[in-house]
Amino acid sequence: MSGSAPWASGTTSDFSKLPKRGFFTVTNYETFEYDVLIIGAGGAGLRAAIEASTAGVKVGLVCKSLLGKAHTVMAEGGLAAALANVDDRDNWRVHFSDTMRGGQYVNNWRMAELHAKEAPDRVKELEAWGAVFDRTPDGKILQRNFGGHRYPRLVHVGDRTGLELIRTLQDHGIHQGITVHMEHTMVTLLKDGDRVTGAFGYDRERGRFKIFKAKAVVLATGGIGRAYQITTNSWEGTGDGQSLAYHAGAELADMEFVQFHPTGMIWPPSVMGLLVTEAVRGEGGVLRNKDGKRFMFDDIPDLYKNQTADNPEEGWRYCQGDRNARRPPELLTRDHVARCIRREVNAGRGSPHGGVFLDIAWIREKIPNATEHIKRKLPSMYHQFMQLADLDITQEPMEIGPTTHYTMGGVRVNGDTQMSTVPGLFAAGECAAGLHGANRLGGNSLSDLIVFGKRAGEFAAKFAKEHGAGQVNDAQIEQAARHALEPFDRGASTGGSAEGPYQVQHDLQEMMQSLVGIVRREDEMVRALDGLGKLRERARHVAVYGHREYNPGWNTAVDLKNLLTVSEAITRAAIERKESRGGHFREDFPNKDAASGKVNVIVGKNPDGSMQVRREPIPEMPAELKQVIEEMK
Amino acid sequence: MSTATFRIWRGDVNGGKFVDYTTEITEGMVVLDAVHKIQATQANDLACRWNCKAGKCGSCSAEINGIPKLMCMTRMNTLPTDKPITLEPMRAFPSIRDLATDVSWNFRVKQKIKKFKPRPPDAPDGTWRMQQEDVDRVQEFRKCIECFLCQDVCHVLRDHHKHDEFIGPRFLVYTAALEMHPLDTEDRLPELKQAHGVGFCNITKCCTKVCPESITITDNAIIPLKERVVDNFFDPLGWLWKELRPKT
Ligand SMILES: Cc1cc2nc3c(=O)[nH]c(=O)nc-3n(C[C@H](O)[C@H](O)[C@H](O)COP(=O)(O)OP(=O)(O)OC[C@H]3O[C@@H](n4cnc5c(N)ncnc54)[C@H](O)[C@@H]3O)c2cc1C
Ligand code: SF4
Ligand code: SF4
Ligand code: FES
Repeated sequence: MSGSAPWASGTTSDFSKLPKRGFFTVTNYETFEYDVLIIGAGGAGLRAAIEASTAGVKVGLVCKSLLGKAHTVMAEGGLAAALANVDDRDNWRVHFSDTMRGGQYVNNWRMAELHAKEAPDRVKELEAWGAVFDRTPDGKILQRNFGGHRYPRLVHVGDRTGLELIRTLQDHGIHQGITVHMEHTMVTLLKDGDRVTGAFGYDRERGRFKIFKAKAVVLATGGIGRAYQITTNSWEGTGDGQSLAYHAGAELADMEFVQFHPTGMIWPPSVMGLLVTEAVRGEGGVLRNKDGKRFMFDDIPDLYKNQTADNPEEGWRYCQGDRNARRPPELLTRDHVARCIRREVNAGRGSPHGGVFLDIAWIREKIPNATEHIKRKLPSMYHQFMQLADLDITQEPMEIGPTTHYTMGGVRVNGDTQMSTVPGLFAAGECAAGLHGANRLGGNSLSDLIVFGKRAGEFAAKFAKEHGAGQVNDAQIEQAARHALEPFDRGASTGGSAEGPYQVQHDLQEMMQSLVGIVRREDEMVRALDGLGKLRERARHVAVYGHREYNPGWNTAVDLKNLLTVSEAITRAAIERKESRGGHFREDFPNKDAASGKVNVIVGKNPDGSMQVRREPIPEMPAELKQVIEEMK
Repeated sequence: MSTATFRIWRGDVNGGKFVDYTTEITEGMVVLDAVHKIQATQANDLACRWNCKAGKCGSCSAEINGIPKLMCMTRMNTLPTDKPITLEPMRAFPSIRDLATDVSWNFRVKQKIKKFKPRPPDAPDGTWRMQQEDVDRVQEFRKCIECFLCQDVCHVLRDHHKHDEFIGPRFLVYTAALEMHPLDTEDRLPELKQAHGVGFCNITKCCTKVCPESITITDNAIIPLKERVVDNFFDPLGWLWKELRPKT
């Protein structure tokens, strides 16, 4: 890697020759050596990279897309931090208890505590690195309301907060001496005994395999949305980090908790699943059924009765910043709102295309310059509907329905260090489990990224300093390379008759959507397990054609393994949790079960390669945190 | 059900050709949907970039009937389907494959621009005070999704290949965002004038026209930067330019 410019996407040598297929010796693979390798360049990965490089170790960062294009760029509504700039009653205790209540108390309470305490400092740091958030009249960082947050807490820039976050980290990070390999996919983690010693993957541009040796590895690979048909996630969300960690022997936790965001676009078909930010409701948007009724008033859970308005007038006052008003029921947690929408649709009270109406235009009745106000507060929503649906949200209601959005589950980590159960392997951001419990509050992901991205970077650097370089295993590398190339061999040998990867991916998504979706039942999930077995068999036989250079068919074939792994983990964990809680709703067990509320479901790999599921008691919460929760009830 | 034919450039750095694909068009479809459909059913190995499908990430830039655009934000009903729709990669950048181009030059350019350097915090808790109206302009620039369509269309890069002397409209916007940041204390004017070549821009405004984020690149970013450069250096030509330029 000598002479490689840090930003030259890792394409360092010999553009002219492609590696010849079928000719494997490990020495042929370009090899990079780092102290800390970070897989993923969303908010979590970038923040980890900055922290690790600040600690003085040599950092490599790999990502599947170009820099700055990770999911984080799409986040809209904001970033939760108890700065108390808008409401001085806010503090870490309130944020902590909001997060625990939203997660229905199966969260890793240590992470929830650290998150609430550290998020404000992480935000201030962003400002010091050039972020320009919207301002309060006295010149501070402005904060807005969001579902499940007691006070206005979301730091934001209109509805493009994720762009501000990722760009700030990117623009700061490029001056830190981090080497970035863009458009590289990691297909396996390398191990030396118990410990992780690097990763193996290929560059998407040329299809060349590369070895990344590292003393510590941080996974920051994001979510799993692509396991479902209707999703806000891009092609990147194939659960790679969860799958890589699992196959390397790490444990996963909380995989049954998938967040279905209540408001995705549903019409026209080509935009199905695209996110409509919760900020629309934070700014006063209301949900109505086809009869024009605000159905969210019909079912307010006991846990939230004290905090929720029982009439439209009070709800509106809340959105206008009245400190004595309680929040409107549209801002209840996402799992609940999504199920209420489903209920309306199933009862025949849905909109023409099978959703319900989300109306922000109605605020015209309340404020004089509503059109301008909406455009300023929700510019990208305005833009998105205008361009993609020919609909002016300042004048007409939107049609929306639930969409797969986020995974609360992921790699099981230590709350302080973010290290997984495999030494040297760390995880942060969406691919790690714990902070959000059974349901994530809006805005708590972006804050998660910077709080735990920082911690992962810090502790990975520490681990790297305390440990020498391990060995990488040539046989493991050969096997991974061979495995990755098999679809080409089948393409060549079957002469076009074998199935391609897209159909398998499509059938998987359809099955997960219908059998392990918003409402679950044991018999359906058992069918899904059976279906996954068949899909795995088909995946073993898919063929791809053409070259290895920038070949999306091949890339899709490689990702299939990860999608199948995370789908199985979700399904098995969902069968194991015989109750309804947060994002996990069981028709056959529609209520919460106190005993189940004391455990997390853990997924691991048996020595024979099969998937193991077990329950693990949640450690007892320290008295002072219990007291905080009591006080905030 | 109607159909449309796409004439898609297939090839790599060694050259290529246009290949026609006909596909079904359904309500609300955008160009990127059609490309995905072709990819899934007719050409599994057709290369293109995308992520968000909502105009937020700036990955899917291409030239659609010769015009630089985001494929995910170009509705099929805005294009005539009585003749083939041409789809080409951004031509100002070297080809990688099909619709994907090598945009790494942009990442290298950005690294050359001096980073943000804030003044000391205004408050003891390490925070600053800024009024909304003081950050409105900078926020406009920070909307940039780095699609590089403006770089693609700018003749200084596209036709005159001044990549070593001119950073292009995207990075003039980036520089402007830093220079006009109320907290920033860095001075980037010397290199703006020299190495970054602000003088090459002759205000054709083509960049502004293609920007999917509607950033007024020329009027709000480049012209004020040119003025700052002129004000900072005794530069007779610049002075003349300032005097003669049509007032906006
Ligand atoms: C439309 C949308 C809106 C949202 N709005 C909000 C919001 O307002 N507030 C909020 O808090 N949260 C929001 N979220 C959630 C939040 O944006 C995500 O959870 C968060 O950005 C995830 O960040 P991350 O750093 O964990 O991963 P990501 O940003 O997803 O990045 C993952 C990175 O890992 C890389 N990667 C993955 N697999 C591999 C591999 N095999 N090899 C190499 N690299 C790999 C990818 O290329 C990418 O760089 C939103 C999400 C979406 C989709
Ligand atoms: S206005 Fe300047 S930067 Fe923009 S396209 Fe024209 S010459 Fe290029
Ligand atoms: S300034 Fe506009 S056109 Fe240029 S890269 Fe940014 S968003 Fe794209
Ligand atoms: S896919 Fe993100 S801008 Fe088009």
